[in-house]
Amino acid sequence: MGNVNTEEVIEKIRIILAEEFEIDINTIQPDANLMQTLELDSLDLVDMVVLVEQNFGFTVTGKDFANIKTFRDFYGFIIERMNAAE
Amino acid sequence: MGIYSCIGANLDEVKQSLYDGRSGVGIDPVRTKMGFISPLTGIIRRPDLKTLLDRRKRNYLSEQGEYAYMATLEAFRNAKIDDVFLEANDVGILYGNDSSSVPVITAADIVRNKKNTVLVGSGSIFQSMNSTVTMNLSVIFKLKGISFTIAGACASGSHAIGIAYLLVKNGLQDCILCGGAQEVNPFGVGSFDGLSAFSTRVDAAQKASRPFDKNRDGLVPSGGAASLVVESYESAVKRDAPILAEIVSYGFSSNGDHISIPNVEGSRKSLQMAIDLSGLKLSDIQYINAHATSTLLGDSNEAQAILDVFDNGCPLVASTKSMTGHEMWMAGASEIIYSVLMMNNDFIAPNINFEEPDDVSALLNIPIKRVDMEFDAFLSNSFGFGGTNSTLIVRKFKN
Repeated sequence: MGNVNTEEVIEKIRIILAEEFEIDINTIQPDANLMQTLELDSLDLVDMVVLVEQNFGFTVTGKDFANIKTFRDFYGFIIERMNAAE
Repeated sequence: MGIYSCIGANLDEVKQSLYDGRSGVGIDPVRTKMGFISPLTGIIRRPDLKTLLDRRKRNYLSEQGEYAYMATLEAFRNAKIDDVFLEANDVGILYGNDSSSVPVITAADIVRNKKNTVLVGSGSIFQSMNSTVTMNLSVIFKLKGISFTIAGACASGSHAIGIAYLLVKNGLQDCILCGGAQEVNPFGVGSFDGLSAFSTRVDAAQKASRPFDKNRDGLVPSGGAASLVVESYESAVKRDAPILAEIVSYGFSSNGDHISIPNVEGSRKSLQMAIDLSGLKLSDIQYINAHATSTLLGDSNEAQAILDVFDNGCPLVASTKSMTGHEMWMAGASEIIYSVLMMNNDFIAPNINFEEPDDVSALLNIPIKRVDMEFDAFLSNSFGFGGTNSTLIVRKFKN
């Protein structure tokens, strides 16, 4: 396990996504589908890359999103990358 | 019609500013810090679109696109154009725009610094292309007719109206949203500032734009957006829309000469073409909204062209740029709106700051105070870099 505070990171992600994609934060639930809930299209995925870079300081690629279906997947991906960077 | 400019964020505000001879010019301290020769500019407030457009639509819209959106909302509202009409009719869009600097520069900075093009984000491409206004507004308003941007330097807005007029006149389109948009930020005019083309009268900002005045020392850059619905009589009547004015003719020419120094012959040809096509007598035209930007040679050459064409008596000639500054890509469209507002409200706005004529402008009939008078027709000039010229003649609509 890394040293990242998981709960804090998850809450930060939820706030960032709700603000950026202008949706009710309560719709962001661990098992909800990320693409459908945020109503993302291919252009929005580009902005997701920008969002991650600006808020977590690392660059992701479109391929990284291939295995991310739910918000839980997304949290896990971000936390894993943050732990790897530490 | 709809407008978003430095002398008002809607038609009512703009009409009052014209009536009062109020300037929208001020100083941008950021430009001073950036090393600009002149910090003078039209002062305009960015609209808050958060309650009007969703995230994606805002993300793809450039600064001048925001102004164009606001102007178009007002224009469509006034023209009784709603979603139902837009769905049932192939409404087109022809808009003048000739730059979009901030997204281009921002994207270049990101790529240089981050070495990663994805980090530019999704909105940049749609903000940075010259067609940013037409591509965005045609999507936002679901327009299905002709759609492209006209880039004709400082005559862009006028050419857009002229081309729209020709398409409608020839039956190819019934209804076209047209206009002009101009970004207002340091990056959009930095290279222009470097040519020492701008006034440096910083001690009296609102006196800096002084078209035709002997002591003029350059233009004041400005901007915003102006939208007009150009349509056939039948198209307006079937919607029971108020008909504000009738476009009578569109004249144009190119100087084929210097890239930045205007000449008399090119402007004269544009004026003459518009007059010949209008079927009006010279005496029918009672007001000329001059292109005059407050530059030494430009104002003088336009004055000479007007004198050459109106040899038997010159109507009132004024430049609304004395109040607005030079709205560049937008100017040709906004100045039609300013003139129609004056024509439909029985006044001619003053050419403020005209205190001492030079040898040529002394021969023109330039109002230094508002003139309260009825008039039925006006001519509006717009000229641009590369020597592109456009002249529109518009008259009061009479059933």
